[in-house]
Amino acid sequence: MSDIPDELSYTKEHEWIAGLDEAITVTIGITAYAAEALGDVVFVQLPDAGATVAAGDSVGEVESTKSVSEIYSPVGGEVVEVNQAVVDDPSLVNNDPYGEGWMFRVRVEGDPEDLLSAEEYTALTSGES
Amino acid sequence: MSRPTPLRDVHESLGATLTDFAGWLMPLRYGSESAEHNAVRTAAGLFDLSHMGEIFVTGPQAGQALDYALVGHLSALVPGRARYTMIVNERGGVLDDLIVYRLGDEEFMVVANASNYEKVAAELADRAKPYDAAVEDRSDRYALIAVQGPRAQEILATLTDADLAGLKYYAGLPGVVDGRQALIARTGYTGEDGFELFVANEDAVPLWHALTRAGEPYGLRPAGLSSRDTLRLEAGMPLYGNELGPDLTPFDAGLGRVVKFDKPGDFVGRSALEAVKDTPPRRRLVGLVARGRRVPRHGYPVTKDGAVVGEVTSGAPSQTLGKPIAMAYVDTGAGEGLAVDIRGSHEAMDLVELPFYRRNK
Repeated sequence: MSDIPDELSYTKEHEWIAGLDEAITVTIGITAYAAEALGDVVFVQLPDAGATVAAGDSVGEVESTKSVSEIYSPVGGEVVEVNQAVVDDPSLVNNDPYGEGWMFRVRVEGDPEDLLSAEEYTALTSGES
Repeated sequence: MSRPTPLRDVHESLGATLTDFAGWLMPLRYGSESAEHNAVRTAAGLFDLSHMGEIFVTGPQAGQALDYALVGHLSALVPGRARYTMIVNERGGVLDDLIVYRLGDEEFMVVANASNYEKVAAELADRAKPYDAAVEDRSDRYALIAVQGPRAQEILATLTDADLAGLKYYAGLPGVVDGRQALIARTGYTGEDGFELFVANEDAVPLWHALTRAGEPYGLRPAGLSSRDTLRLEAGMPLYGNELGPDLTPFDAGLGRVVKFDKPGDFVGRSALEAVKDTPPRRRLVGLVARGRRVPRHGYPVTKDGAVVGEVTSGAPSQTLGKPIAMAYVDTGAGEGLAVDIRGSHEAMDLVELPFYRRNK
């Protein structure tokens, strides 16, 4: 069973969102479940800092030995920071998906896409596995 | 519903990610596929290949039947040796690539790909009809476990008295491994030294555990199909469905050497292959190494100055080279300056001769 921390919000595209409650800037990454399903991540392409994104936009991609998946922004706003460390060392996504493997930060404008609680995301992923 | 191999419970207990492959439930990886890949290059890996097909051809004319049915000269094979060969259709198109082991004067074992062995068994039975030979698909009775990597011989030697040092590449002999009857073959699909052990289904689990224990001091780890694919790609070995298929002849794939025109008698595909053997193919199979980090994948177009000049057949990040690599069919004469269209972005590629990796012998 993959780790699904209670304090985060989630999307059906297997991303997590941290900081929604206390700040207007949120941090986004992919879940442990997604990282395990992908296998060893070898390439991460992230949006440019300063870019404006809309909720649901494809903003990058994450590539593993066997497959490639798009990264979606679950929120709209301005990309204020991207994690260069994960671009330089994509294995951080596998080794620490909720920590050092974070991907980008967005200053939120407007309402986020439909997000899932940890409980709802757990139900989603146990249904898929 | 995918068919399990005799080792399914073992894979589950090891936490494997299982995947459907050619109708079989197979381990894709146990943990990190990169670590599994590297273990095979530097120590050893343990593979369940029980999805492969084993078809036996026996009888006084078994060799002649195979000479007619396949492109190789199998009647000339010495008992105890093996050959890489192919079965083609009347047009010379590849139906499967095979390893044929001669087990005795009147006994051959044809090992076919999981996706093809039922078709191959039916074709062999049909083509062998005029001969005093019997064709029997025994795939359901055999498991296949491979130990691949530079430490493979040391590991296997702890479990058998068979003369492994005297066993040449592409040779196979019956032996006893950990008290169980096995056909021990020095073959593989990884670019490393290694062995493939054909055993009865009921011996698969105890043999796997024995090899796991024996290999532990040598750094052996279980390895899934994901690493098997990247290992064979680095070694420039073709995969049926990617580099080989019914619309390609062995010559198209750069493997015309497997077609033995000088063997006696006719064989299926002879006239079609005679007609094309001296015609340079429109495209040839090449190696590509990406300059960037994005990975060319099966089916992506190869381009030059924006025009399509070929197609990627297999691609993956290479652990050994530290760069993405691919095999592709590219127009002869396309030359340098190639790119692969990776989801709309033309990524520069260097053209290299295959294989990408060759072990130090």
